[in-house]
Amino acid sequence: MNLDLASLAVALSMAVAAGLVGCFAVMRRMTLAADALSHVALPGIGLALLLNVDPLLGAVAMLLVGALLIWGVERRTRLSVETVVGVTFAAALAAGSLVTPGEELIDALFGGAKPPAPAEAFAGVAVALGVIGFVVFARDRLVVALVSPDIARTTGIPVEKLELAFLVAFSLTVALGLHYLGVLLMGSLIIIPAAIAKRLAHSLRGMFTVSVGVAVLTMLAGALIVSLSAARGWLGASAAHPWPTGPVVVLIAASVFFASLGWRRA
Amino acid sequence: MSLDLLPPSAPPSASASAPLNAPPALTVEHLQVRFGRTVAIEDLSFTVERGSAVAVIGPNGAGKTALFRALIGAVPYAGRVQWDEGTRLGYVPQKLDIDRDLPITAAELLAAKRRVSGAPPADVQHAFAHVGLAPEVASKQIGSLSGGQFQRLLVAFAMIGQPNVLLFDEPTANVDEAGQETLNETIHAIQREHGLTVMLISHDLSAVFQHATKVLCLGRGLACYGPPDEMLTHENLSELYGSPLKYHHHEP
Repeated sequence: MNLDLASLAVALSMAVAAGLVGCFAVMRRMTLAADALSHVALPGIGLALLLNVDPLLGAVAMLLVGALLIWGVERRTRLSVETVVGVTFAAALAAGSLVTPGEELIDALFGGAKPPAPAEAFAGVAVALGVIGFVVFARDRLVVALVSPDIARTTGIPVEKLELAFLVAFSLTVALGLHYLGVLLMGSLIIIPAAIAKRLAHSLRGMFTVSVGVAVLTMLAGALIVSLSAARGWLGASAAHPWPTGPVVVLIAASVFFASLGWRRA
Repeated sequence: MSLDLLPPSAPPSASASAPLNAPPALTVEHLQVRFGRTVAIEDLSFTVERGSAVAVIGPNGAGKTALFRALIGAVPYAGRVQWDEGTRLGYVPQKLDIDRDLPITAAELLAAKRRVSGAPPADVQHAFAHVGLAPEVASKQIGSLSGGQFQRLLVAFAMIGQPNVLLFDEPTANVDEAGQETLNETIHAIQREHGLTVMLISHDLSAVFQHATKVLCLGRGLACYGPPDEMLTHENLSELYGSPLKYHHHEP
């Protein structure tokens, strides 16, 4: 990822959206579902490439199908969600790697280095702002439904619709990050900062602040390290072949997570 | 169990605070709740008058929680559940499955519900004071509260938005004995003060006798509905729970 303005705007708005959505994903204990859901984008990307359509459109379509699937299963039974999600989305990853052409596969899995086209960047920022707006607007409803869906119902909150809206917001956040982080790693940018925040924060406000802060800072640090690696030629990197951003960002986030394990709450 | 539980003649004492000819707070007709092939509730009918306190008793697995969840629309059912127009429900569930380290403070939880229900900011402090929670509890994480504090917080949570009907699913189940009595007193005081309709699932028959105006018993093919002194007979209770049952009955 070059540090041009368009890339930076997309990366930062995506990080804020991921930090916010991640808070509710982690509090709702859907860590596995979150990770698996991002894998479902792969067959979408593969099919789109085969059909000569924009890969991102294919990814979004499949992600929305995945969100509907999780939602449907969750409504029927709470117990088997993790199992069904795990199996279905592992299958999606397998099917996706079969239909995705070889040279595109690595980019789809781990993110590419190409900067987004202006239209893509604009759409990316718009979607990120939409997701951020949704979480801020629905925050209170999400909190009440998280603590008790039954209490939420008596408060007049349409719990099922809210859950679907959240899963859609989640899927769109995954789609935002596919370009940079890839199918395998985007789930981590959503989950890791929120997991760190849940350990360190005492309050919702604190959790939002820490999660968004960690997501933004790891994105920035990742971009910086990638451009440094290209400029200095670390591990054979060059301007033509820089390190992919995704793995770098996720390694930084994971390091912060492990460092936070030793951090005692004040 | 296919008894018609509508009382033959509604005793006026049970609805002393409701105006004459006021529609009931709740009408349930031929309610049936099934989970797969298991029938949790079969053909249950009763009415709850405004301002009354209905205790729901019965052995475990009798469908008490299923009844409440049907009443709030959380499970599918057959039959009719009709809340009076303008009913605002407050619900206190039996237990909540939340992480102990959930970073949500007591004040944040109440504030979230306050904003959702469009209640004024002062409601949060009122709710705290009503249930007898110390102000310093407000900044604590909800997972770190004691069983009694958490139950009080849930009652306060239910009180936000000025409900006129409160449903309690075993509010004292996770509370020590001293706490149970004060929590029962709190619930009763809230009901009296605000003229609320209360439905409460309870295993504490002495508290039921003391505070309830009506008793609905469910289970083992038996269903009964009426004033506590008529319903809490040794014959009824033995049949309901399947074994002779003792409870302390404090004469007024």
